[in-house]
Amino acid sequence: MSSLATAQPATTVRKKRRFSFGWAVLNLNVLLTFIFLYAPIIVMSIFSFNASRQMQVWMGFTLDWYARMIADERVRVAAQNSLVIALVSTLVATVIGTLTALALERTRFRVKRMYEAAMYLPIIVPEIVMAIALLVFFNLAFSWLDQFFGLRLNFGLGTITIAHIAFSFPFVAVVVRARLADFDRTLEQAAQDLGANEWQTFRHITLPLLMPGIIAGALLAFTLSIDDFVITFFTAGVGSTTLPLEIYGRVRRGITPDVNALSTVMLLASIVLVLGSLVFQRRRSF
Amino acid sequence: MSTVDRVRVQERSLGWHERANERIRQSERLRALLLAGPGGLWLLLFFLLPTAIVFAYSFAHRGPYGAVAWAFTLENYARLFDWLYIRVFLVSVWLALLTTLICLVIGYPFAFVIARSPRRWRNALLVLVLIPFWTNFLVRTYAIMLLLRADGLINNALQWLGLIDRPLSMLFTPFAVVLGLVYGYLPFMILPIYASIEKFDFTLVEAAQDLGANAWHVFWRILLPLTLPGVLAGSILVFIPSVGAFVTPDLLGGGKVVMIANLINQQFLTVRHWPFGSAISFVLMAIVLAATMLYFRIGETRRI
Amino acid sequence: MTPTFLATETACASGMGGTEPLERPIDVELLDVTKVFENGVVAVDRVSLQIYRGEFFSLLGPSGCGKTTTLRMIAGFEHPSAGEVLIEGRRMGHTPPFRRNVNTVFQNYALFPHMTVFDNVAFGLRMKGIPRDEIARRVREALHLVRLSGMEERYPRQLSGGQQQRVALARALVNRPRVLLLDEPLGALDLKLRKEMQLELKHLQMTVGITFIYVTHDQEEALTMSDRIAVMNAGRVLQVGTPMEIYERPASRFVADFIGESNFLRGTVQAASPAAATVLLADRFPIEVPADRQLTVGQEVTVAVRPEKIRLVPVEAPEANGLLHGRIEEVIYIGTDTFYVVRVSDDTALRVRSQNDRNRLDGGLLLPIGTPVSLTWATDAARILTE
Repeated sequence: MSSLATAQPATTVRKKRRFSFGWAVLNLNVLLTFIFLYAPIIVMSIFSFNASRQMQVWMGFTLDWYARMIADERVRVAAQNSLVIALVSTLVATVIGTLTALALERTRFRVKRMYEAAMYLPIIVPEIVMAIALLVFFNLAFSWLDQFFGLRLNFGLGTITIAHIAFSFPFVAVVVRARLADFDRTLEQAAQDLGANEWQTFRHITLPLLMPGIIAGALLAFTLSIDDFVITFFTAGVGSTTLPLEIYGRVRRGITPDVNALSTVMLLASIVLVLGSLVFQRRRSF
Repeated sequence: MSTVDRVRVQERSLGWHERANERIRQSERLRALLLAGPGGLWLLLFFLLPTAIVFAYSFAHRGPYGAVAWAFTLENYARLFDWLYIRVFLVSVWLALLTTLICLVIGYPFAFVIARSPRRWRNALLVLVLIPFWTNFLVRTYAIMLLLRADGLINNALQWLGLIDRPLSMLFTPFAVVLGLVYGYLPFMILPIYASIEKFDFTLVEAAQDLGANAWHVFWRILLPLTLPGVLAGSILVFIPSVGAFVTPDLLGGGKVVMIANLINQQFLTVRHWPFGSAISFVLMAIVLAATMLYFRIGETRRI
Repeated sequence: MTPTFLATETACASGMGGTEPLERPIDVELLDVTKVFENGVVAVDRVSLQIYRGEFFSLLGPSGCGKTTTLRMIAGFEHPSAGEVLIEGRRMGHTPPFRRNVNTVFQNYALFPHMTVFDNVAFGLRMKGIPRDEIARRVREALHLVRLSGMEERYPRQLSGGQQQRVALARALVNRPRVLLLDEPLGALDLKLRKEMQLELKHLQMTVGITFIYVTHDQEEALTMSDRIAVMNAGRVLQVGTPMEIYERPASRFVADFIGESNFLRGTVQAASPAAATVLLADRFPIEVPADRQLTVGQEVTVAVRPEKIRLVPVEAPEANGLLHGRIEEVIYIGTDTFYVVRVSDDTALRVRSQNDRNRLDGGLLLPIGTPVSLTWATDAARILTE
């Protein structure tokens, strides 16, 4: 009798403990994963302020590496190039991406399914495939243009920008499309009912309400462009450099702390851009 | 209105309606062209056409200076059957699968905890996961390099703790590459799974427990099957970039771990055998396509 | 002001699509309008209507009966598959909404969230290119009309449901359309607010004098507000008439059932004359019922009589010389009235509505279940229905 009385509480206690053990493991997993995700970049950022060339010791806080980086001519050129390319490609990609999103969400045409699938290809396919394809394409196109038109074009900022537009506009399309799908069509009907023709409706109602999504897409395109390495690497040719290309080159040659500084700056820039994009994606239309 | 009038109204309006509908359809087609045109054109010219050229190249000879001599041949593809190259494909697929598995094992519980945490925290946690994800991939790979180096933080810490005498060579190994890939693509696994779990109706768990299921049963028979779409999406999102990875094996593998993308890079920039490089590129595309089709096939048969 | 129901009674004396020349112009006319959607569903089936200037006209019917689709075709958001929509006598065809002199108040109000109340109301005027100061004047007028003066700078999200609805009204009315279309505008409001708004809308319409075409599934709402009602079901118009005509003389079983409550009794004609027939109800009770044409003896008909028209007294009472008798089966007290369910035969029971004009607790008590009772009604309170 008494053993029965003690048996019951024992089983429930055991169950509870097993359950909380499970939860402890899960939470530990989360903690460790966060550490895993952030440790490398935090360490790198910390050491970008390290006054020593070596990684093991901490020799005091310094901003020397940052000063070096800013003074570096190559870094300045690379930063300038990265910025120009990002701005141009963002502008074009946003326009094309928005048009594409409108096409996918608001029109019907026969090959639409195929078109839609094609739009997802640049997102899915590994970058190296696209990079090689563009390398081959530009090479052929340039030799062809030279042969038939005497036009001598070369790899450089232009080819990089074209490549960036090609792989980033589908991302813009996806973001804007999501926004369009949630759009309240009765607002457009109301506008037409009140006398706005199709263009006026788009200009006064659709576009303003779509704007947060478009901006989110633009920020995404900008980030993708600034951060891109693989495609840029193969379409840059000789003599053109961007920030990621610059970092890669220096890392290949050997690890120096000014790479840390440059990397930390790029890190912060990415974070700001991402948070900005998130803010705009969250902004429900009022 | 008399019957005759009524019939006349009907007839006249029917023909007129058909003509008006046709006009509407035409203007719709024009609009579709204007909207879909720019994107379609850009994609055609700067993605589809280049890919087609690569495909054509893969059947060509290597000309002088490594470019292309036009003559149909299958030698490039035949060459791929050499063990040297088959090995690269196998290693790539294997490392990608390993990466996917590890991401799954780490990522699923992670997503689960986030999805079950109080609503106020969820968004913050998700943002915390997204931040490293969106920072420069190159920079993050470099950061891992820093940690794994012989004089890097990890080795120093282990030596200082007295656990090892000599530094471990972690860099330039398959371990480093997998670590780098997991580091890079873990958020790709977490987010879709999170989305799946978030939509999951947890009263099903209570019902199952009421019927006597323990934690393992609940997970294996209820939670996992119903969150499988997220698992599959995450897996494909990790596998594809992993199998085609370039930067990670390049920096963390240092030439000792050669994956498909490194091979392609070699052929195009070092060895300068463009046709062969094109063939490899195409095989990579085929692998990616096969994986995608597998994903859709599994997704369809499991349609609940 | 002439009671509107009188004016329209005479106007509609000739029924649907009358050939009598009328004094009042027709603002909206539908001629055999049909709408078939791509999936084959026939949403609107050969609907013909004439809506006069200054009317408050309602389209009433259950969900899916085609009333909203009909409204949208008048507005221009859908185009008829066959038939014509005429506004002020002009064929609309495929004219887009922004070229029709018609404005709509949407069910979800559709206020532009990124614009202030002022900008919302001013929108239509701006599209027309009206000068700034006139816009300001008219917007203020419109807001005053719907009793929202002072809210110009607010955003829709800062307003309550009722206020948003009034902004939607103002936004439509400020354009001085010939016809105002309202698509179940009161659906999202709670009961009390809805009843207030019903009266407000009615007064507004009478003040402004614009033709209102109002879509609703709430029959009480339609009866309260309308000059005339078109009852629709499954894409067709079943009856058009004033609220009183629809209620007192429903043309079909559906209308009799959808509007208010009816008892439906099956019976056989025993004797017939041009204006009446004697029908044997429940196999036992021969009752004289008015008819709109001569029926044949032996014909099976349905007789409809509304619960409130039936008088019920206990069989012992002196005035108990009713048309039928039976036993009380159920007693349902709902405060204002008491419903008695009286079984008169194995397969027939009638609901009788008895007004609680006395204090039930202290004065008159409810009749208990099982009481034998006698039922009677005025001869013209019953109708023979065609299906």
